[in-house]
Amino acid sequence: MTAVTLETRNLTKTFGALMATTDVSFRLEKGARHALIGPNGAGKTTFINLLTGVLKPSDGSVMLEGKDITALRREGRVQRGLVRTFQINQLFAGLNVVESLALVINEREGQGWRWLKPAFDAPGIDDEIAGLLSDFGLDSVFDQPCSALPYGKQRLLEIALAVACRPKVLLLDEPAAGVPEADRKEVMSRLAALPADVSILLIEHDMDLVFNFANRISVLVAGALFAEGSVEEISKDQRVKQVYLGGAAHA
Amino acid sequence: MLTLLFDGLAYGMLLFVLSCGLAVTLGLMNFINLAHGAFAMAGGYVTVLMTNRWGVPFLLTLPIAFMVTAIAGGLLEKALYCRLYDKTHLDQVLFSIGLVFIAVAGVDYLMGSQQQILNLPDFLRGRFTVGGIGIGVYRAFLVVVCGLLAIALQLILAHTRFGSRLRASVDDRRVARGVGIRVNVIFAVTFAIGSGLAGLGGALGAEILGLDPTFPLKFMVYFLIVVSVGGTSSMTGPLVASILLGVADVLGKYYVPSLGGFIIYIVLVAVLVLRPHGLFSRAA
Amino acid sequence: MMSVREKRQSATAEAVRSVMKRHGRWSRLEIGFWLIAVAAWFLLPGEHLILTEIVIFAILALSIDLVLGYAGIVTLGQAAMYGVGAYASGLLSIHVTGEPLTGLLVAALAGALIAFPTSFLLLRGADLTRLMVTLGVAAVLHEIANQASWLTGGADGLQGIAIDPLFGTFEFDIYGHTGYAYSLVVLFILLLLARFVTASPFGYSLKAIRDNPLRASAVGIPVKARLVAVYTLSGAYAGIAGALFTQTQQFISLDVLSFQKSADGLMVLVIGGTGYLYGGLVGALAYELIQDALSSVTPQYWQFWLGALLIAFVITGRDRPRQLINSISARISRPRQPGRLDAVTVADKGKPT
Repeated sequence: MTAVTLETRNLTKTFGALMATTDVSFRLEKGARHALIGPNGAGKTTFINLLTGVLKPSDGSVMLEGKDITALRREGRVQRGLVRTFQINQLFAGLNVVESLALVINEREGQGWRWLKPAFDAPGIDDEIAGLLSDFGLDSVFDQPCSALPYGKQRLLEIALAVACRPKVLLLDEPAAGVPEADRKEVMSRLAALPADVSILLIEHDMDLVFNFANRISVLVAGALFAEGSVEEISKDQRVKQVYLGGAAHA
Repeated sequence: MLTLLFDGLAYGMLLFVLSCGLAVTLGLMNFINLAHGAFAMAGGYVTVLMTNRWGVPFLLTLPIAFMVTAIAGGLLEKALYCRLYDKTHLDQVLFSIGLVFIAVAGVDYLMGSQQQILNLPDFLRGRFTVGGIGIGVYRAFLVVVCGLLAIALQLILAHTRFGSRLRASVDDRRVARGVGIRVNVIFAVTFAIGSGLAGLGGALGAEILGLDPTFPLKFMVYFLIVVSVGGTSSMTGPLVASILLGVADVLGKYYVPSLGGFIIYIVLVAVLVLRPHGLFSRAA
Repeated sequence: MMSVREKRQSATAEAVRSVMKRHGRWSRLEIGFWLIAVAAWFLLPGEHLILTEIVIFAILALSIDLVLGYAGIVTLGQAAMYGVGAYASGLLSIHVTGEPLTGLLVAALAGALIAFPTSFLLLRGADLTRLMVTLGVAAVLHEIANQASWLTGGADGLQGIAIDPLFGTFEFDIYGHTGYAYSLVVLFILLLLARFVTASPFGYSLKAIRDNPLRASAVGIPVKARLVAVYTLSGAYAGIAGALFTQTQQFISLDVLSFQKSADGLMVLVIGGTGYLYGGLVGALAYELIQDALSSVTPQYWQFWLGALLIAFVITGRDRPRQLINSISARISRPRQPGRLDAVTVADKGKPT
């Protein structure tokens, strides 16, 4: 049996009478490349917010490596290795690329409260940053402020910031959203090169990306898990085609 | 006791007229305008000048005070305020503090720093008694005028085309422009009316609140409290907040004079801690 | 293939190191600034009173910069901590000891003590809520000081403050000779500390929170705890500024807790520019110069022109002074020898102790 890194048990979220997430029991295996798809309004964002602790579930629990993290705050979950990226870039506009990465690394290393020590003094931090820069094609812009980067680079930095947290589980929220066609390939190949031991849950609309990247797919419809299976199973599943793929235009 | 309650009611209604303009600019248009009190002060000085120096009847000065401050507000909106809608809150704070400084020093220069005394006409002075409650004539006058204004405002905002256009412009400027609403004009008119109402409030309140050049600073906090406590989803919130604040302030200053000065701040901080978006806002 | 990659990576690491090294280094402009400030003690003995005022203002503005410029909290109530620091040190000198350094320490604690609980009220809500809370707390303290006249002297001000000579030797004279030197050294130490703090992992996490609190929490930064910490630190700074005011003026009135004080502090900071620590200094200097120039033209109504200036300043863009300073700084620091500059850095860091 393969190890499970992230698991939800009967996860439920209601807003008043609205069931945004209904009884979702979901497992993410170690090293998985797992995609979560679903039509607009299926509750993908709510699900992510429940996983990362932005929202509190009405019922059910979230487990990370067998430990219940349902009551943990956002930053506590990050420190334990559950990290997300955002559909809309969330960067530190006033800082440059190196500073952004450095502060994330410092935080990860538990240095965030050090208030008299220079931020760039940690041993090996320069090499680690250089590694991230070249992994994500950011070497050419390393000293530029995040707000001045071209969109494609911003998108890569968005992912690099999450990777700098050394996640065990990485939640990628539409990583290719808004990326111009010319830069798309680069984003996709950078994603493919992410370390194999990181378990990845990809939330995506773009079926090309899903079929290229994932080896397992879950389909969320109206807040509930509708289907789950290998890429092949899902792409052949008639019910999924009906609710989601429509005419299967992308597949 | 009931007399005090009535005084508090009158005071609260007055606060409402003074701050309802701010409820729209700050609450709906999301502009932090600390200079709102400057318009109120302008209205107050218009009335005092006209009644005391030129002998214009008090009642006639009220619409004039409204008009003068509305025009001033409209001009300032077109010239300056409109450039700041998209800037940060810090910019708006600094800008409006700058305006306050100008207003305070300017009035000081023109009118002197002394407290202005308004000569009310005889028929608004004195008291009468209803069922054993002594009521000041002017206080009763305030309650009636401000009450009518509040009702009129609510009707305008909820039921006229202007009201619905304003709400549309506030919700999403681009969409509103897209469907042919002249957002800039709507904002300018709204701002002018809000300033005008502040001016009217200042004119009505010159007698009760006192009028000197530091007026905008002294009452800034009151207006902000009304808006932040009352929320902005309708005119009812600020109205209720104004009345509560008025009554609490009057009663507080009467019964516990030593605490009277900071009851309102304690109320403010308590409300903001419990309901950061205001008491009467829709649940966040 | 790997070796090319590795080579590129080590070149990048080298470049990253060079960027990192640039951080925290003293620029020539900065050093020049301090030299001028020290020279002013010798060259402008007649101006020491006003220079002291500038320095105290600068510390107040620096305390605001820590929360506004680095953590993004808009505040209109810094006078709360400034005033409490002023009263704490004044009362200490009357009832316990007039020793000035103890006074600074007590004032710092008092400022932090007010700031700490206040900061929890700032964690929820947006700019307006924060404005109202900071303003409200300052107003409550103002009213308390007004009512508790048995302790504070109320509206008449606190009388009978007597400050001992500094280190038992340097009398606080009426010309402000001691006062200026004393305040300047305090400012230098506080600025040095702030420099360390803002260049630390803690400091960078604040900037991250300022720029994007959502992302900050998503990379594991405990946003609320950091904000509490920096607001408390800023409270201590403001408290020290208040104590300096008390000790150099030897008189306090309710003004130290007024809205005007908070607004002035904010204004001074913004005139000089936020987020680079020197904004308060530059702003305080500019503010005093402007006040001086304007009040010689229109003695009573200089605030009118100040207001007009503030409006013009906001309309044309607040970034201007910062940009100007950056460009001056870039112009005067030509390519330099790292060894020599490091020596300067060490020498400067060693100075205050």
